[in-house]
Amino acid sequence: MSDDDVLLSVRGLEVHFPIRSGILIERQIGSVKAVDGVDLDIPRGATVGLVGESGCGKSTLGRAILRLVEPTAGTVTFDGTDLHNLAGEDLRRMRRQLQMVFQDPMASLNPRQNVQSVLSEPLRAHGIGGDHAARVRELLDVVGLPASAANRYPHEFSGGQRQRIGIARAIALEPQLIVADEPVSALDVSIQAQVVNLLEELQDRLGLTYLVIAHDLAVVRHIADVVAVMYLGGLVEQAPSDDLYATPLHPYTKALMSAVPIPDPEVEDTRQRILLQGDLPSPADPPAGCRFHTRCPFRQPTRCADERPALRTVPGHPEAHTVACHWAEEIEAGRIRPDAAAVVAPNPQHASDPAA
Amino acid sequence: MSLSEIEATESEQVEQPAGNLRKEAWKRLRRDPVALVGFGLIAFFVLVAVFAPLIAPYAPDAQPGRGIITPTNIPGPSAEHWFGLDASGRDEFSRVVYGARQSLLVGVVATLVGMAGGLLLGVLAGAFGGKVDAVVMRIVDVMLSIPGLLMAIAIAALLGASLWSVMIAIAIINIPVFARLLRGQMLSQRGSDYVLAAVSVGVRRRPIVFGHILPNSISPVIVQATLTLATAIIEAAGLSFLGLGSADPRVPEWGRMLADTQRYLASAPHLAFFPGIAIVIAALGFTMLGERLREAIDPKYRR
Amino acid sequence: MTSTEPLLDVRDLSVTFTRKGGPTVRAVDGVSFTVRPGETVSLVGESGSGKSVTSLAVMGLLPRRGVQVGGQVLFDGDDLLTLPRDRLRDIRGRDIAMVFQDPMSSLNPVVPIGVQVTEVLERHQDLHGEKARAAAADLLARVGIPDPTRRLKEYPHQLSGGMRQRALIAMALACQPRLLIADEPTTALDVTIQAQIIELLKELVQDTGAALVLITHDLGIVAGLCDTVHVMYSGRVVESAGRRELFARPRHPYTGGLLGSVPRLDAPRGAPLHPIPGSPTDVLRWDRGCAFAPRCQNRVDACTEGPPPLESYAGRSLRCLNPLTESEEVSA
Repeated sequence: MSDDDVLLSVRGLEVHFPIRSGILIERQIGSVKAVDGVDLDIPRGATVGLVGESGCGKSTLGRAILRLVEPTAGTVTFDGTDLHNLAGEDLRRMRRQLQMVFQDPMASLNPRQNVQSVLSEPLRAHGIGGDHAARVRELLDVVGLPASAANRYPHEFSGGQRQRIGIARAIALEPQLIVADEPVSALDVSIQAQVVNLLEELQDRLGLTYLVIAHDLAVVRHIADVVAVMYLGGLVEQAPSDDLYATPLHPYTKALMSAVPIPDPEVEDTRQRILLQGDLPSPADPPAGCRFHTRCPFRQPTRCADERPALRTVPGHPEAHTVACHWAEEIEAGRIRPDAAAVVAPNPQHASDPAA
Repeated sequence: MSLSEIEATESEQVEQPAGNLRKEAWKRLRRDPVALVGFGLIAFFVLVAVFAPLIAPYAPDAQPGRGIITPTNIPGPSAEHWFGLDASGRDEFSRVVYGARQSLLVGVVATLVGMAGGLLLGVLAGAFGGKVDAVVMRIVDVMLSIPGLLMAIAIAALLGASLWSVMIAIAIINIPVFARLLRGQMLSQRGSDYVLAAVSVGVRRRPIVFGHILPNSISPVIVQATLTLATAIIEAAGLSFLGLGSADPRVPEWGRMLADTQRYLASAPHLAFFPGIAIVIAALGFTMLGERLREAIDPKYRR
Repeated sequence: MTSTEPLLDVRDLSVTFTRKGGPTVRAVDGVSFTVRPGETVSLVGESGSGKSVTSLAVMGLLPRRGVQVGGQVLFDGDDLLTLPRDRLRDIRGRDIAMVFQDPMSSLNPVVPIGVQVTEVLERHQDLHGEKARAAAADLLARVGIPDPTRRLKEYPHQLSGGMRQRALIAMALACQPRLLIADEPTTALDVTIQAQIIELLKELVQDTGAALVLITHDLGIVAGLCDTVHVMYSGRVVESAGRRELFARPRHPYTGGLLGSVPRLDAPRGAPLHPIPGSPTDVLRWDRGCAFAPRCQNRVDACTEGPPPLESYAGRSLRCLNPLTESEEVSA
């Protein structure tokens, strides 16, 4: 995909939430750096996946792109328009092009609004005329719900059906980009695949571009063309989905991948795991240098603690594969080995189990 | 704003279900014995107030016992006078019945006015947030920092003793309660996903506030209004007891009736008993219904 | 390694909830399974499968009012369901311990972690004062909490989610239980933290020889951790097998459906997902047929004519009239 076919482009995006204190006069005593300098391109018609653990700022990034939270710095350019120069009515009109699907389908629906009202609200908001009832029936059909759903209320549906309603609302205005924030993580396992398939089907039918935000690497790998891995406010690695899975370059990506359980005993018994020590540091007081160095099993005495690595390409990998690690080449070549305490060897007892 | 834009805004208002949720709450309420008793007490109280002239055997200012009464001989309940006679020889039962009118009037008017004022401030603070919110809430804080009854006495004294000053005083002390409640509800709804969803599809601010946030914030306010009715009745009696109510001795009011009996407490305790019980029953009815209404309406109890 | 007598033997367990004015709900129906010392057994299911109710019933933690529990829960030969309350309390905590999904609500928020751990030690191991404190610090260190002596003085809210779950596991271990029941122990945690906790549980089972009952919805966790897997649907076990057999050859359409609908990290991109249609709330009552029938793609007429029996053969139990054959296996 060529550069001129980028639908949405994020440059140097920062979202800092002030921490205030004081009784009469509030002073700002610091800030939570939820998003701290992110560059991201979303090609038209593609699906970009954004993975990271809770607190890494991935949801805030998604909302800042849609301007549901105000960024502190940086630009978001959508189809040639800088979204951050828009205000008031211009911004509201632009929202037609950018829609969102939420994690918790119950919370994202007004309990007092029936489905007809939910799905026709976007049409009313943008003064779109015509037969709203017919359009709602059409939308329901597209997401696989019966027309009779229109007169019912959110609490009368199951979780998966509610998420279908949320998706129908998002496509009602025929947007170009949909930001889906953890679209399946609140759903039962057997339902998740239905929603994933629906999102893929809609992309084919309507030519949508997706930004899918999730903590589940397996879901993201399944649905996304390009995956960006986020840690503590910044991207640490970005690559086409297959490249990322085949050759993860960043230590955090490696650890994340080895932590995702795979429903197959043969695989589970034979794979090596990299366990991370400790927890995510506070985004109000991120570590200096590489954000990940406090937990990194490949940490080196130089550079890691005092120099923040930028995303860069690594020789031998496609240009689209970028990583923010000083030592990516050495780690890949095996010249730097992980801390022995962090590596869990395959379980010998299980592996030698003759039962299979 | 052009005409077409105004029309667009109008048609954007969210259609509210008259149905399901409310029906469910109603169904739950009808099966709740405590709510039913509360409702029964309120209905009784309202019926007595409305049909007072039909129920009371005497006019409130008639003195059928004049001549019998002496300061040491105030007859108690009898077949002729169910609640006995008061110190001026008036029929106590008739006066308690007519007193319901004053209490109901003060309670309802004071609550409605207080709620209206509170809603106005609450919507302002809750819809705009930021500086507007800060200013409104500081005003509310100041109002709340003065003890309610003290403030009511000050206001009533300032306006002069009358039924209206009692109502206004009670209304004013209830404004901050409603304002704070609604503002808190609206702020918590404002951050909810469905409001965010409405913003992200491009719904304008006004339909979001009046179509989404307000309808989902109003339930606790209705519950609070029911409970406020109870306290307003007690507060009205209290202010009248202190002599800040209507100066007209011919209009019976439960609080003043209590005040008037102080001197005869030893010889005629029934004169304190009946208006006292009337106040308790009326307030109890609203409290019982209000508490159960809260449970029936609150989404946390639903499902 | 599984030739010994079962430590826990659950026989025909049923749990019925009766609500005033509402219908009775049979949440668990005829569930039987055994757990041997050193064995890890998993109950897998989605919401409404009855897996958590089963664990609560085994622990005797269900409220008495409005709940009827039937069957037997034999622990070391004693039926926990008929045991007097004080004996049950003794066993619970000393021999059986439980770890819950949400560590925050299982810890007392106003008491320091150290006090909560030493309390258990004092009650079950008769350790006191300095000795109990030292033992508590040892336990925290063992579950991987850094700087344990300092952590002992901290309150639950000062710990992260992963640390809280470790503290909870430390408390469960304080009495050296012979059986540990973990109900969705990692669901509230991030994947990297989840991996730490799973690794910890694995180690503990190996080191102490305790048995582990793991309740989860996540087949991935089961694949790496458990010896025997029981798949539950709508209150009944629909398929039980050793983990290798189950994952290699799922026979129940629900098991197969679950495996086919989870995206796998190691699957080639573009491999299609095969979701199970409908939702877990679309169930048939077991007395009228197979509860899964409304969502099942292998359904035959007999499925809706009566409850399918649980049949055992070759180390596997299966409740299905028309199971998946070799060729239909979803083994992506």
